[in-house]
Amino acid sequence: MRAVRWSARRQGELRGWIAAAWGALGVLAVLVLWELYKFLGPAEGVVIGAVAGQSGSGVLILPRTHDRAMPHVWDMVARLFAPTSGGDTPPLWVSVAGAALVTLGIAAVGWLIGVVVGAVLGVVMQRWRVLEWGLLPWIVVSQIVPLIAFAPVVNAIGNQLARGGGWWPQWLSVAVIASYLAFFPVAVGVLRGLASPDRIHLDLMNSYAAGYWATLFRLRLPAAVPHLLPALRLAAANAVLGAVVAEVSIGMRGGIGRMLIQLAGQASSDPAAPWGPTFGSIALGLIAAGSVALIGLGLANYRRGEASA
Amino acid sequence: MSREHDTPLATDASAPASVAPATAVAAQPAVRAAGVGKVFPTKSGEVVALTDVELEVAAGEFVSLIGPSGCGKSTLMRLIADLDQATSGTLEIFGKPAKRARVDQDYGIAFQQAGLLPWRTVGANIGLPLELHGTGKGERAARVAELAELVGLTDFIDRYPDQLSGGMQQRVAIARALAARPKLLLMDEPFGALDEMTRERLQSELVRIADETAAAVVFVTHSIPEAVFLSDRVVVMSPRPGRITDVIDIDLGAHRDEALRESPEYFDRVTAVREALHGTRIDRANER
Repeated sequence: MRAVRWSARRQGELRGWIAAAWGALGVLAVLVLWELYKFLGPAEGVVIGAVAGQSGSGVLILPRTHDRAMPHVWDMVARLFAPTSGGDTPPLWVSVAGAALVTLGIAAVGWLIGVVVGAVLGVVMQRWRVLEWGLLPWIVVSQIVPLIAFAPVVNAIGNQLARGGGWWPQWLSVAVIASYLAFFPVAVGVLRGLASPDRIHLDLMNSYAAGYWATLFRLRLPAAVPHLLPALRLAAANAVLGAVVAEVSIGMRGGIGRMLIQLAGQASSDPAAPWGPTFGSIALGLIAAGSVALIGLGLANYRRGEASA
Repeated sequence: MSREHDTPLATDASAPASVAPATAVAAQPAVRAAGVGKVFPTKSGEVVALTDVELEVAAGEFVSLIGPSGCGKSTLMRLIADLDQATSGTLEIFGKPAKRARVDQDYGIAFQQAGLLPWRTVGANIGLPLELHGTGKGERAARVAELAELVGLTDFIDRYPDQLSGGMQQRVAIARALAARPKLLLMDEPFGALDEMTRERLQSELVRIADETAAAVVFVTHSIPEAVFLSDRVVVMSPRPGRITDVIDIDLGAHRDEALRESPEYFDRVTAVREALHGTRIDRANER
């Protein structure tokens, strides 16, 4: 018995290491591909249909590989430790980390709003089928509206409120826009999860004369957990994405989105710099999704399957 | 929940069933069905699942419903449990309408699948009905311990369903059905998914449990030996439309043990039930 459990645990450990190795291999493959193309590709890229003597004509089908367009990976890394904007300014990675924290905070607020709104929508749609028919198509359509078009509207409304004497800081607009992307997976996940209990369990609750709320809290919500966790993780990634894009499109200072745009504007003179905030936002997404995964650890009992006889 | 207070007041055993107040619970038959029918509307017209069912189950009596697939035995049980509603006739549980009986928790129920909540321990699963009806924590723990002992799972009270065998899961389901001390147990092929050995052991346990709790049992099965071994009466049903075709008194006494399974009387009853089953016309009985 003991030996069996030991080997099972070791197997689990081994699987973990193998998964990590595959992940590292994937990242490495991207880096190698980058450098390989930079080494092999022509400096000015491949352009078809160019007219001689007319710069900018033709269609670029393979990107340029010179250092201004594609800096070396090691240059990007080295740039992280160089001063942000020359002189005595702090190293780039410190500025990136600071900006990332600002964005993370806003994304967290956006995530919370999204989770609350999505959960309420999911519960309401599960409770009344008519509402599901009425709401679900709109919820799906809502995700087709481009964020770039939608962000300025939210910002304008926020500004109106602030001007009218209400409390509405600019970061709240960003959070609301982030929540717009975050609520969707939660609404769908909650709807699916709450509808997931087996017929037999519903019959059982019915036989106990359990009302709607008792059934919701004792049966539907616990049964929804396996559907909910991936939805929350997706919502976290969406909230980060939404926050970064919203910062850019309404021009909020201090976050990583703005920093990305700013450094990208200077890329012709400092090509490795925009990669700093790019890595920063990748790390941000991973941290956000990872923190939600921690919630899953506390809910492990709700992910048990009932073994068949 | 009111049964405990009611029992001492049940003095007038002859009160007419239809108008009897809840005070006469102990004297009422557990189940009384008169002219009960069930019609399911489907796209291709109406399907008659049950027609004209007359059945009375006395308090403390063990009655099995047996018959081929589609004979309506499970439907009848669901009607008694008020999980579906009869389209005709009257159905009374301890003299009350089925819905009232469900709300009052007059019956406990177990299905073919154990239907345990996988995120709850054995103890928390057994205690679920009590939790839902506001039984205090201490009282609940005591009752759960008592029930776990009754079904022989005391050592497993903190385990999760996925750590139990199928037979153990089914025992948890039976303990859960008994949690609120119902005077009627409804069981829909509870041993149908188990292997023969586990099945016979649980049958013996069920006989003992039904004895100890003095609960009436309505037991749906399609195993003839199982029905004979467990029951005071076996109700034979037939499909298309679902109806009762025969009721056989088993009359093997209260004491049922393994020796009974090899006695000539037992085989007599098995034969009697088999003849009753096959004597009725059974079209495509084995379609399942």
